[in-house]
Amino acid sequence: MSETPTLEVRNLQTHFFTREGVLKAVDDVSFTVRAGEIMGLVGESGSGKTVTGFSVLGLVDPPGRIVGGSILFKGEDLAHAGEERLRALRGSRIAMIFQDPMMTLNPVLRVDTQMTEAILAHEQVSERAARARAAAALAMVGIASPEERLLAYPHQFSGGMRQRVAIAIAMLHRPDLIIADEPTTALDVTIQGQILYEVQKLCRETGTALVWVTHDLTVVAGLADTVSVMYAGKIVEQGRVDDVLDRPLHPYTNGLLGSVPSRNRRGQKLRQIPGMTPSLLRLPQGCAFRSRCPRADQACTEMPALAELAPGHLARCVHPHLETAGA
Amino acid sequence: MLVFIIRRLLQSLLALAVMSLLVFVGVYLIGDPVAILASPDATEVDREQIARALGLDRPLWEQYAVFVGEALRGNFGKSFVFGQPAMGLIFERMGATVELALVATVVSILVGLPLGIYAGLRPDGIAGRSIMAGSILGFSLPTFWVGLMLIMIFAVQLGLLPASGRGQVGSFLGLHSSLFTLNGIVHLILPATTLALVRAATTIRLARAGVREVLHMDYVKFARAKGLPERRVIGVHVLKNIMIPIVTVTGLEIGSVIAFAVVTETIYAWPGMGKLLIDSIVNLDRPVVVAYLIVVLFILVMLNLIVDILYSVLDPRVRLGEQKG
Amino acid sequence: MSAARQDAAAATPAMRVETPLARFWSEFAESRLALFGLALLTLVALIALLAPLIAPQNPYDLNQLDIMDARLAPGEVSGDGRITYWLGTDGQGRDMLSAMMYGLRISLSVGALSAIFAMALGTIVGLVAAWLGGRWEAVIMRIVDIQLGFPAILVALILLSVLGQGVDKVLIALVIVQWAYFARTARGSALVERRREYIEAASCLDLSGPRIVLRHLLPNCLPPLIVIATIQVAEAIALEATLSFLGLGVPVTEPSLGMLIANGFNFLLSGYYWISVFPGLLLAVAIVAINLVGDQLRDVLNPRLRK
Repeated sequence: MSETPTLEVRNLQTHFFTREGVLKAVDDVSFTVRAGEIMGLVGESGSGKTVTGFSVLGLVDPPGRIVGGSILFKGEDLAHAGEERLRALRGSRIAMIFQDPMMTLNPVLRVDTQMTEAILAHEQVSERAARARAAAALAMVGIASPEERLLAYPHQFSGGMRQRVAIAIAMLHRPDLIIADEPTTALDVTIQGQILYEVQKLCRETGTALVWVTHDLTVVAGLADTVSVMYAGKIVEQGRVDDVLDRPLHPYTNGLLGSVPSRNRRGQKLRQIPGMTPSLLRLPQGCAFRSRCPRADQACTEMPALAELAPGHLARCVHPHLETAGA
Repeated sequence: MLVFIIRRLLQSLLALAVMSLLVFVGVYLIGDPVAILASPDATEVDREQIARALGLDRPLWEQYAVFVGEALRGNFGKSFVFGQPAMGLIFERMGATVELALVATVVSILVGLPLGIYAGLRPDGIAGRSIMAGSILGFSLPTFWVGLMLIMIFAVQLGLLPASGRGQVGSFLGLHSSLFTLNGIVHLILPATTLALVRAATTIRLARAGVREVLHMDYVKFARAKGLPERRVIGVHVLKNIMIPIVTVTGLEIGSVIAFAVVTETIYAWPGMGKLLIDSIVNLDRPVVVAYLIVVLFILVMLNLIVDILYSVLDPRVRLGEQKG
Repeated sequence: MSAARQDAAAATPAMRVETPLARFWSEFAESRLALFGLALLTLVALIALLAPLIAPQNPYDLNQLDIMDARLAPGEVSGDGRITYWLGTDGQGRDMLSAMMYGLRISLSVGALSAIFAMALGTIVGLVAAWLGGRWEAVIMRIVDIQLGFPAILVALILLSVLGQGVDKVLIALVIVQWAYFARTARGSALVERRREYIEAASCLDLSGPRIVLRHLLPNCLPPLIVIATIQVAEAIALEATLSFLGLGVPVTEPSLGMLIANGFNFLLSGYYWISVFPGLLLAVAIVAINLVGDQLRDVLNPRLRK
């Protein structure tokens, strides 16, 4: 494809310089998301998936810092862009939806304030025009009597409603890219389904590229086009969603899939990944997963490269599950 | 809202009644005023006469009953020393004290809030650390000593500012205050600064702690993710949240600022009710001490009420008894 | 698998085993300002402790004073040439340095003793309130609230005007002013701890109420109480100085730092600055040192602030 991808992250490194040492939260991460495409960024807590998302927006809190790589947004490198340029892109061209809807809206500001300020930060329009657009955005995400709801405070909304408000805010400027950080994790399953459906619809209609950060593979299965699996700051597997979920190459992805309860395998024992995510400060030498991996041996003490083991399907493993991949 | 205020007012009246009993009994135990008022060579008969004139010969409960009866009619007894109504003496001097306390409170916020926010935004910078060290000094240094040092430097050594008295009082729209004359303002600078110091230090710490806590909140990050200018993120999203504890604490502490004015007024010979209290304690002038404490109690109770109402205005999550619209 | 096990074995010695005390100290020592405060506090405490040994003069012994030496500037030598008044003399020819050392003794001991007594009283009341619960707790906490709502200095002023002067009276007044802080804190943390499982376990073992409170509840409520105590020592010293300054504190015969400052106040306007300034500086240093330590203690001992 000759068209410039919406987002192309190349060898991104975001490190946290703490007193205990340098924490490589994101270490050599690369992926590409095209317009209208949805990428699932999967990993356990602490795998660096959220920091990757914040890195794209330039919102990594100190002592964290982007130390290497590039973040090409429609060809423009954000990793080296100035704060003013990033601010202009944030909210207008690149939007973000957060994990916990109870915490993302400011409790002491009315919803109208929080929506119109987002419009006025990027466009010179009248207060009234901004209000009208805010109301329209609320209606779009399925909130009834939006004019009235604009006057409410966040605590007068339910969690699902608040997340809809957050999504409405993210969609205000019809952004080219949305980074959604586990936006449905804190919600009820029924609400989760509605929101997934609506976000997917909005992206398809507007051609917005979406990075959906999650630890939940079932969500990715129903939503995403491509998937990147992260472990301890590195991408361990990447490819089209069907390839990765049906024929996982990396033992970690395999383990994740095995630990998802499923209707089809009722009665069978759930598998689990033994051990815990290692601390980023005390990673084992070589492959970070090897202390928990059933396939690990001496060869794993050297970090394997991310290699294309099947067409469009990459994995970072010395002993990949090639037998299931049918390659 | 109205129901809430009425209920709170009733509670406050009850608290006032209980405290007035405590105050009365407490003050009753202070020394023997007759011994101070009577001349050293007074006879026993003279003393009894004085005691009777002041109503001190009657049992305590009777004195309290008389006190309450009179107090309800607005009469808090006459000063043993001045021979004037005690409450009148307090009211004469209350203006000066309240003025001093309010100016000090305003100054403390104007100074403390920006410094505290700055220190909260840059906790590890040299300026941030210096501000914090300064605030430790601010609430560590005893008020009276700071007052003495300010007098020594600005009044004695530099001769820039007056060291005592209230100066000229102007009046504007029926209000009397030294803020309306230049001479009055000049006289106000040192006492107000002295009194403001501790409050400013506390405001700095509250603001810094608040900023550090709020900065980590998701809603601040979300505000940034919306592309808001930093000015608005700090000035609206952070500020509105940290103002809740600051307003609450500052409001409640106005009472203690008025109490600490006792010290400041003594140092700067400020003609307020604090100075009157100290003089009355030394002279065992019970009615004035009681009247002062009743006034301070009333102010404290009112402040509590006002702060509660303000709190509900600032924090939409706490709408008092508001019906769902 | 074998590689993984090797790894685990290799990782163990790298992880330092810290005793709680060592951990506490290393966290405390993180702030250089706090270490400075601790050093200062140690110095001040040593001076107060050793005052009779190191002071050039016994300021209470009127026979040693020479009225001819009154109001000498810092550095001047006494009329008989026996001692140099490094910090000058006061209106009665008393060596300021010695007076300050003895004054510091009184100020520090009044501050420390009142905080200790208040802590004992307040902790007992708070724990009892938490343990009894119900109406008793409500009544006790109501009293605490009323007490805390009233400015400390006014309570102390009124109490002292009732009690009269004297070091013991000041102590009583300070304890009465301060106990409520401890009661509130003790009850607060006791309520939190009570809900923990180990207390339930102790109750199940049918241990007696007082035993559970003293052996199990109290030790776990101590950290916040220690923080409050440190801050209250500083507060008490400042309050005592203020009361003495207002003429309602310790007697003139055994002046605390506050009293020394008050005595110097009258001379201040005539240019004899040292009589007031030096005791004030020492008082400020003592209070600042305690607050620096207390500040860091709060950060280290308060688990709520730990991330």
